Amino acid sequence: MLYAILCYNDENVVGSWTKEEDDAVMAKLNVVHEKLAKQGRLGPTARLLPTTAATTFRKEPPLVIDGPFAETKEQLLGFYLVDCASLDEALEVAKDLARANPGTGSYEIRPTSIFIPGSGIT
Amino acid sequence: MTDIRWIDQALTSSRPQVLGALLRYFRDLDTAEEAFQEACLRALRTWPQNGPPRDPAAWLILVGRNVALDATRRLKKQQPLPDEEAISDLDDAEEALAERLDGAHYRDDILRLLFICCHPDLPATQQIAVALRIVCGLTVKQIARAFLVGDSAMEQRITRAKARIADADVPFETPGAVERAERLAAVAAMIYLIFNEGYSAADSTEDLRRSFCDEAIRLARLLIRLFPAEPEILGLGALMLLQHSRTPARFDAAGAIVLLEAQDRGLWDRTMITEGLALIDKATRHRRPGPYQLQSAIAALHARAARPEDTDWAGIDQLYAGLERLQPSPVVSLNRAVAIAKLNGPEAALAMIEPLAPRLSGYFYFFGVKGAFLQQLGRIPEARIAFNQAIALANTAAEAAHIRMHLDQLLEDATPGDGAKVSH
Repeated sequence: MLYAILCYNDENVVGSWTKEEDDAVMAKLNVVHEKLAKQGRLGPTARLLPTTAATTFRKEPPLVIDGPFAETKEQLLGFYLVDCASLDEALEVAKDLARANPGTGSYEIRPTSIFIPGSGIT
Repeated sequence: MTDIRWIDQALTSSRPQVLGALLRYFRDLDTAEEAFQEACLRALRTWPQNGPPRDPAAWLILVGRNVALDATRRLKKQQPLPDEEAISDLDDAEEALAERLDGAHYRDDILRLLFICCHPDLPATQQIAVALRIVCGLTVKQIARAFLVGDSAMEQRITRAKARIADADVPFETPGAVERAERLAAVAAMIYLIFNEGYSAADSTEDLRRSFCDEAIRLARLLIRLFPAEPEILGLGALMLLQHSRTPARFDAAGAIVLLEAQDRGLWDRTMITEGLALIDKATRHRRPGPYQLQSAIAALHARAARPEDTDWAGIDQLYAGLERLQPSPVVSLNRAVAIAKLNGPEAALAMIEPLAPRLSGYFYFFGVKGAFLQQLGRIPEARIAFNQAIALANTAAEAAHIRMHLDQLLEDATPGDGAKVSH
C-alpha cells in the first residue's frame, strides 16, 4: 500500500522563515528523505508554493478563482503533478479532469517549488 | 508541547492582524501595542502546555482585548488587582470564541493599520519607520541602525510620527470599495518603499536591510491572502520576489557590486523566482495591467534567461514602453534606454537619454548609464566626466567603488566594456 503523507503547518509561520531557517529545515528533512530513498521507499515528493500562488477551478458553476481551495464540504481525494508551461495550461488540464469526473468539486492548482522524483518506488 | 521558536514566529506573523483588530477596538496605537504585548506574554505561558490554538491571531485578539478592558476597568474602580491566574486562565472560553472570529474582518483591520502608517502627512522615511515599528514589530534600535541614526533620534522620530497620527482624524469605519482601492495603492507603495530601503543596502547594516526585504515580502503575501484577486498586489509580490531572488549574487565576497550581466545565475534563489513567476501568471489572467505587473514582467524576462545573452531585450523594451505610457517618468525612460542600447546600440540609447538630463541631474544611475554608453562609443573623456559625476552622487560606498572601477578601466584601456546598469 502506498501512503500519501500531506504536510500541514501554519503558512504565516513557514512564510516568515528566513532563508537560513528554511535551509536548516530542508537539511533535516533531507536526512529523512535519504533514509527512505536508501530503503527504496521514497516516491515523488513535492513542496508546494504558498497558497497565495494558488488558483482554484470550481466545477459548478465553472469558475476560476484566485486563491486556494476553501470549501470545507469537500475532501481532498488525491493529487496530480503535471508539467505545464503556464497557469493557463494547468487550468486546461484541471478542466479536462473535471470533465472526466462526475459531480461537483474543485481543483486547486498550486505551483511547486521543489520536486524530488524519488528513487525507491517504481 | 509546542516548540518555542514556532510560537515566536507565530506571534510575529500574527502581529498585523492582531494589532489591526486591537486598534479598531481601542482606537489608540499605544493601548493596542501594550495589549498585544500582554497577549503575547500569555501565549508564551499557555501555548507550550495546551498547544497552539487553531487560529493564533484570533486567540491573541481576544486575549489582548480582554486584557486591555480589564486594565481599564481596574483603573476606573481603583480596586486591588485581581489574582493573576484568575484572568489568564480563560483560554478555553477564549478559544471557542476565537474560532468564531471571521477571518474576513482582518482585511479592513490590516489595511487600516497599514494605511495609518502611510499617512500622507508623514514623510516617506517616517512612514517606513513607523510601519517597521508598529506592523513588523522591529525594535527602535534595529530601525535606528538601518537608517544610520542614533537610538534616541529614532525614538523621537517615531514618537513624533505617532503623535501626528493620533492628532489626525483617522477614519475607523470600514472603507468603501473606492476608498479601499485607493488605500491599497498607498499601502502597496509603502511596502515597496520598505523593500527598496532594504534593497539599496548600505554596507554596514546589510543583514538588517536584508530583513527589510523579507518583511516587505511577508506583508505583500499577507495582502495577497486578504485580496487574492488584486492583480497589482500580485504584481508587487512578484516584483519583490524576483528582485530579492538575486540578492545572493548582487555583491561579491569583497562587497563590490556585481552587475546583472556578470552575476552567477546559479546563485539566484530558484524558489523565489518560481513563486514570482506563478504570481505574474495569476495577475496576467485579470487583463488589467499596472505598473507593478509591468515591472515584475521585466524582472521575469531577466529571471527566465539562463544566460545574459538569452535575455529578451525586445520584450523588455516593449514592457518599458507600456510602463512609459502608464506611469511616465524619466527613470523609466532611462531604464528603457538600457534595453535600446542592447537592441540598437549605444548611439541610439545615448540620443534617447540626452533629453532626460535636466530632470535627472541629481540621479546617480543617469550618469552611470551615460558614462557606460559613452565608454562603449569610445568617447573616453566624456565618459570620464560622466563617471565622475556619478561618483559624486553615489548613495553607498559600494556604488562609488563600482564607478571607480569603471574609471580605472578607462585608464587601463579604452576598449568597450560592460554598461553600468540601472535598477536591475
